[in-house]
Amino acid sequence: MLDKTGIARRISRELRDGWYVNLGIGIPTLVANFVPEGVDVTFQSENGILGMGPFPYEGEEDADLINAGKQTITALPGAAIFDSATSFAMIRGQHIQLTVLGAMEVSDTGDIANWKIPGKLVKGMGGAMDLVASAENIIVAMMHTNRAGESKLLPECSLPLTGVNCVKKIVTNMAMLEVTSDRGFRLLERAPGVTVREIQDATLGRLIVEGDVPEMQLD
Amino acid sequence: MNKRVASARDAIAGIESGMTLMLGGFGLCGIPEKCINALADSDITDLTCISNNAGVDDFGLGLLLQSRQIRKMIASYVGENAEFERQMLSGDLEVDLIPQGSLAERCRAGGAGIPAFFTPAGYGTEVGEGKEVREFNGKPHILETALTADFAIVKAWKGDTDGNLIYKGTARNFNPVMATAGRITIAEVEELVESGELDPNHIHTPGVFVQRIFQGDQYEKRIEQRTTRPHAR
Repeated sequence: MLDKTGIARRISRELRDGWYVNLGIGIPTLVANFVPEGVDVTFQSENGILGMGPFPYEGEEDADLINAGKQTITALPGAAIFDSATSFAMIRGQHIQLTVLGAMEVSDTGDIANWKIPGKLVKGMGGAMDLVASAENIIVAMMHTNRAGESKLLPECSLPLTGVNCVKKIVTNMAMLEVTSDRGFRLLERAPGVTVREIQDATLGRLIVEGDVPEMQLD
Repeated sequence: MNKRVASARDAIAGIESGMTLMLGGFGLCGIPEKCINALADSDITDLTCISNNAGVDDFGLGLLLQSRQIRKMIASYVGENAEFERQMLSGDLEVDLIPQGSLAERCRAGGAGIPAFFTPAGYGTEVGEGKEVREFNGKPHILETALTADFAIVKAWKGDTDGNLIYKGTARNFNPVMATAGRITIAEVEELVESGELDPNHIHTPGVFVQRIFQGDQYEKRIEQRTTRPHAR
């Protein structure tokens, strides 16, 4: 079983040299800490920066330099700053190769719900709907089950949707799965120490298990 | 053309109750804090505010919520504000949540004379409900309409008396697109220089979009999420 850092480490192995990548808030943000050696990726934050660097040293915070999570950040050499319309032109225009974001539910046809829980305060979708509607490649980082132990990988989302037919891959604390066009989730890898049986039990949507499912490599 | 006004109070002259305002900024970064303070000191009410966020309880648009000057909020994310939550749940505040990219593009379109456009964002979700759907390149899109405002209020780093603006860092965000979409656009800047002193190659917002400009003093520039890393040993 993986912890949040483990999920981020596995996703970081999906990064490819030369990619522009947008990381959502939460587990996705951690992916930036594990970029493999020799892989040069540029991080975009949708409030308007390409070339986002690590957090600033204490005392060097700049109120005019934040990420979409409103955290103080730094700009790496070669960074570029732009306005919000240009930022979403990059996103909608598919100039960003990978989006990693969290989710409350994913359906076995790639629908995603991650912005609203009926009866609870709605904070808004931010840039999530634009990101999922357009990204070529979306990886969802999330726990396999919710706090009540219920599967978050479903035949259909029960929560209001953020986007339809858009998720390509999911990395959870238990597994890495791919969303097929018409047959549901395909199990690609098991998290260390997790059995296929356990993954089947924790997955409510259609699950394809083919052959011997390998255990994840994290390094 | 000298567009300089003396103060935030002079800059907001003509804003009346019931009007629609656009306000630049992302979170608390790049918000027109001087004009917001001046609005909070006024008795203007019933405002519709178009802004990506709604400030925090005691800073930014949160100040106008405290004083109940906002009737409707059009935003993409409003999660940092307890007063907002209270007024929304009690029905005192009308809220229209829009995907962030659609919000930016609707402002851009409003300023660019494009009445509407199709976007994939929000298709199949409640954002797309009731909107015209058309398929392009095999993919469904929804029709979104342009946004304009009676007044757009933006914050820039530097400006000149012609209204030319230069932004700094990610404080740019929604400011340039909103600057284009106001019937009257007010710019507040940290440093206002005379006409001709800015390099034309460095202008982000050409002065044609700006009607009033003033220099604000002592910007607070509050940080919402101060995150740092330890110094290397």
